[in-house]
Amino acid sequence: MSILVDKETKVICQGITGKAGSFHAQKCLEYGTRLVAGVTPKKGGSFVGSIPVFDTVREAVQKTGATASMIYVPAPFAFSAIKEGIDAGIKLVVCITEGIPTLDMVKAVEYAKAQKARIIGPNCPGIITSDECKIGIMPGYIHKKGRVGVISRSGTLTYEAVWQLSSAGLGQSTCIGIGGDPVIGTGFMDLLEIFEKDPQTQAVLMIGEIGGSQEEEAAVYIQKNMKKKVAAFIAGMTAPKGKRMGHAGAIVSGSHGTAQEKIDALLGRGVAVIKNLSELGASLKKIL
Amino acid sequence: MKIHEYQARELLGAYGVAGSRGEIVSNATEAASAFKRFANPYCVAKVQVLAGGRGKAGGVQIVKTPQAAEEFCRRFIGKDFSTCQSGGKAENVRCVLITEDIKIREEYYLSIAVDRSKNLPIILFSKQGGVDIEETALKNPAAIQRIHFSPNSLPDESRIFSRVATGFSKESIPRQISSIAAKLAKLFVEKDASICEINPLALVSEDRVMALDAKITFDDNALFRHEDIKALKDPEEEDERERKAKEFGLSYVSMEGNVGCLVNGAGLAMATMDMIKLAGGEPANFLDVGGSATADQVREGFKIILQDTRVEAILVNIFGGIMKCDVIAQGVIEASKETRLRVPLVVRLEGTHVEEGRALLKNSGLRIISCSTIEDAADTAVKKAREFKELHVHSR
Repeated sequence: MSILVDKETKVICQGITGKAGSFHAQKCLEYGTRLVAGVTPKKGGSFVGSIPVFDTVREAVQKTGATASMIYVPAPFAFSAIKEGIDAGIKLVVCITEGIPTLDMVKAVEYAKAQKARIIGPNCPGIITSDECKIGIMPGYIHKKGRVGVISRSGTLTYEAVWQLSSAGLGQSTCIGIGGDPVIGTGFMDLLEIFEKDPQTQAVLMIGEIGGSQEEEAAVYIQKNMKKKVAAFIAGMTAPKGKRMGHAGAIVSGSHGTAQEKIDALLGRGVAVIKNLSELGASLKKIL
Repeated sequence: MKIHEYQARELLGAYGVAGSRGEIVSNATEAASAFKRFANPYCVAKVQVLAGGRGKAGGVQIVKTPQAAEEFCRRFIGKDFSTCQSGGKAENVRCVLITEDIKIREEYYLSIAVDRSKNLPIILFSKQGGVDIEETALKNPAAIQRIHFSPNSLPDESRIFSRVATGFSKESIPRQISSIAAKLAKLFVEKDASICEINPLALVSEDRVMALDAKITFDDNALFRHEDIKALKDPEEEDERERKAKEFGLSYVSMEGNVGCLVNGAGLAMATMDMIKLAGGEPANFLDVGGSATADQVREGFKIILQDTRVEAILVNIFGGIMKCDVIAQGVIEASKETRLRVPLVVRLEGTHVEEGRALLKNSGLRIISCSTIEDAADTAVKKAREFKELHVHSR
């Protein structure tokens, strides 16, 4: 078991003929993902490697029965790509694209909610169920099938965590990069709820960072609803106020969204907080 | 992207939100002439900088004569100005806003931002304006009205009115507030703002409501579709190094410490800074070379870090995923040669092709210290920075 994606999930790639799209689509295929089609307007009928390309998502879905999409479309066009995917019946939209205007994402998330579809991201590495399905840009080989669910706002920091979990012999069930933007389709809380129900997952590692109040809300949720162990790491203790730290969403506004505030909220609700980045794997091993 | 108050006033004006009469001036002569036109009987002079907290820093004053307006401009224009919110970085004042001095009867607060926990824009209104809204939010959250809306359907005045109507002496006051809030919402959505704040929104004579100060910030990611807004950009918003970094697709933030760091990925970069702190040191910067960094980007990153003369050691932390460690190692070697690196360099590589990467560093003939865990790397970098500093002091 795992969450959201598994070896049956059929995936298409929107923006497959771009540099990132074609590279990562093939990497996903190599990993074992059932990447059944790509979409780029006016490139229908061509192939990227062995992957057939269609003009529209609707066509790709009709021909392949795909239910998930991985989006690499450039930021100015990402909103319409997300909408096109949802309109064609895609239920899981994984948006890798960075730099999408915030209000476009507000509209996209609103639209997805109305159509009962789920968006992961944007500005994220994607989602991977170890040894089954990789939808995104993460290096596949560091992931090992195992017991820990991972939810993270970051990219390479997630790889670090996954690496440590794999090295510690724990492995991961499913690992989701939820994205570094202020407005994202799926947050900590949504995924905690799903992990709680997943028999394979025995503990969850959440990796947060400065900005917003998602971690605080997750802390409240965990205390109320989670039987499984949850450990958290929060990046940005040393981040100065009012400065955007790489991610559009990683900013302390006024006195809100600091790492300390989040750590206090998590500790206050009984969530284990890992302070030393080198000890992610060891800490999870201890609590399991 | 931030804009100046005078630019925000103009934009608000274009959306039909009234402010006090006034004019932007760039020298003392213009200030005196503006004073004569707008005196009521006095004027307010305000330095135009992007940082908040100008009032407390003396940058907002009532001037009672044309001479005082001139004097104000001479004192500030062309000089550096900083506030408690400047983060230690002064801005050069290029202009001053001179407005009529309006007698304020009541001060309100009005702003729009995106509520990240609801994924929707939100109008915040409080009858307690003028002060720090965060304080109000903490002490008396009930005093703030919160009205969410979708960018697909702008809130109409009547909907806002129903939420803000109570507690005013005359209905015309909340009517005006609702009208201003609706206009602000239109501006927010049409121009892809990230924050629109009017503080104070003031009740003045004849029961008129007007914007006496405004702060507007725009979504950098949406500037591609707003040439008019992009044109308002003040290049001084970012320092030279931040600007340079952006050109190469790097994300750089200057800090106060002495351990420079170069990391791939924003989250890992922040976590690396935290590890430096945990090891008893202070990071000199945040530098994210991107999840798929190239050797060129690593080299440019080095150059930017080294422009900061406080840097006494560099810590490179790369998790090679799609980007392979040997490629990064090659970039690091080239960069140290090209920049004739004097400060100690500690490198921690992990991930794809890590063995090849470490071997390259080892055989480079350069004094690069290679560590395998981030904890070890941070400890070493902090220690080496300390040693470098001592050596440096002794050799002086």
